[in-house]
Amino acid sequence: MATILVIGEQAHGHLKKATLSALTAAQQLAQKNGGQIQGLLIGAGAAQAAQELSSYLGTVHSVEGKGLEHALAETHSAAAVEAAKKLGATEVVIAATAYGKDIAPRIAARLGAGIASDILSVVSANQFKRAMWAGNAIATVEVTTPVKVVSVRATEFAAAQKAGSAGAVQQLSVQAASPKTKFVEFNEVKSARPELTEASVVVSGGRGTKGDFKPIEALADALGAAVGASRAVVDAGWQPNDLQVGQTGKVVAPKLYVAAGISGAIQHLAGMKGSKTIVAINKDPEAPIFQVADYGLVGDLFKALPELAEEVKKLKQ
Amino acid sequence: MKILVTVKRVEDYESKIKVKPDNSWIVTEGVNYRANPFDEIAVEEALRLRDSNAPSEVVAVSIGSGAAQAEIRSALAMGADRGILVKHDGFLDSDAVARLLQKVIEKEKPDLVLMGKQAVDVDDNVTGQLLAEYLGWGQATFASKKESLESPEEKAKKPGLKLGADKKSLQVAREVDGGLEVLEVQLPAIVTVDLRLNVPRYASLPNIMKAKKKPIEELAPAGLGVDVAPKVKVVRVEAPPARAAGVKVPDVATLVKKLHEEAKVV
Repeated sequence: MATILVIGEQAHGHLKKATLSALTAAQQLAQKNGGQIQGLLIGAGAAQAAQELSSYLGTVHSVEGKGLEHALAETHSAAAVEAAKKLGATEVVIAATAYGKDIAPRIAARLGAGIASDILSVVSANQFKRAMWAGNAIATVEVTTPVKVVSVRATEFAAAQKAGSAGAVQQLSVQAASPKTKFVEFNEVKSARPELTEASVVVSGGRGTKGDFKPIEALADALGAAVGASRAVVDAGWQPNDLQVGQTGKVVAPKLYVAAGISGAIQHLAGMKGSKTIVAINKDPEAPIFQVADYGLVGDLFKALPELAEEVKKLKQ
Repeated sequence: MKILVTVKRVEDYESKIKVKPDNSWIVTEGVNYRANPFDEIAVEEALRLRDSNAPSEVVAVSIGSGAAQAEIRSALAMGADRGILVKHDGFLDSDAVARLLQKVIEKEKPDLVLMGKQAVDVDDNVTGQLLAEYLGWGQATFASKKESLESPEEKAKKPGLKLGADKKSLQVAREVDGGLEVLEVQLPAIVTVDLRLNVPRYASLPNIMKAKKKPIEELAPAGLGVDVAPKVKVVRVEAPPARAAGVKVPDVATLVKKLHEEAKVV
């Protein structure tokens, strides 16, 4: 019988939300191939996060130990491969986050598996849909190998629901690897706002802000939203890298996406087209962003955004 | 040091991409081609590392049809020293590309391999990682840097990847969720580059002329002993679902009303 191994992602013992989207994809795959799903968490804090994940599925394995403290691709993929082999996994499913993208291909190479990356949907037991050419085409790909690795675009799958009863957590031990990579430091970008890929509302600014993000931030705070940016803004050094929405940045699909002063280049659209409701505010009535917007307002963002923030605050009172 | 850098021939991202009526692939007639923009950043970084660590050599590798000579030439015109084309017509999956590159690397024995984090045609983002595992090397994906692209360091064309004093390791700042992670990788290693590592240079006319005389070696998958049968096949390509046309609103008050009453998102 097929065994589907979902590799979760965690930081300091807290499960990342994207894991639950990967689990949903795994559940859809299980419906197609009749497989049984097991979970796996790796690294410092894995046991605690496994406890959290066990509310959602039958068996979750945790691997902690020397060399796994930092999420190094070499050590984490080696641990995942060893676990997959021990558990007889026929499919490995992981969210296509920076972590998932880093380790999934190494797992595939070691297992002799084909990898379908960043999938949008599960078509059958071996076919998946994924975006190509910046989302200008959707391909159905078929993985021809007996063992398959799938990375999942988290924004395309709803979070899995809790199971009726909590599952079991089992500790797994793996051989210590000796990586050729060393962790040096992590420079966290701290923000009081929700994380971009997890937020239900996103307010993004583009070149039209001329680098002044105060109106963007004020509206974001009124809406309880995350702040995003176009590539032009990030390239100019006006906002940090990790705020970039687009093919080459983060892919978001919130229930409301507000694009202010963003022209709407293909590469930006690829990162936000999946949003439920899109609002565009731009001075240029011909800006391509209006073609994907549900509601377009032609006007100056420096005037419109503060007004919008005020109106939203009034509604929330 | 010897640096190997990949350059894939891809559809120009400014070209209009249309799906073929039989859903087998995209329409390629009338489409412009160019080097993968992420690979151009890899070439730029390779050149900066070479020029700050003489004597060094940069080898540009492409895998594809004979037409991919053009993308190798553009890397040579930027300043790479020589080229290698692994000639193959038709689709190759990322796994086959990784295994072909593995053979080229075993032959060339570079100290560092720089690649774009993904090619903007299939947007797979897996080849570098597959290659690192096949070689048993360390990897640093999504290489970026702390300095912005407007910084004095960038203007001075300094490498964003920091070579260790003993030249046996490389410090790489990686773009990950929530910030920048700095790793130290032992060489040889695979580094895949993200957008904000550098701004690639334009080739000057004299360098374009010089590039014409630089050698390009041609290899074949069979000669490298690689079976290129795909592990992942593309069975269908379709146009993305279109978004329903939206409406223009005259003012903020109307917008808020619509968001509140119609879309129910505020």
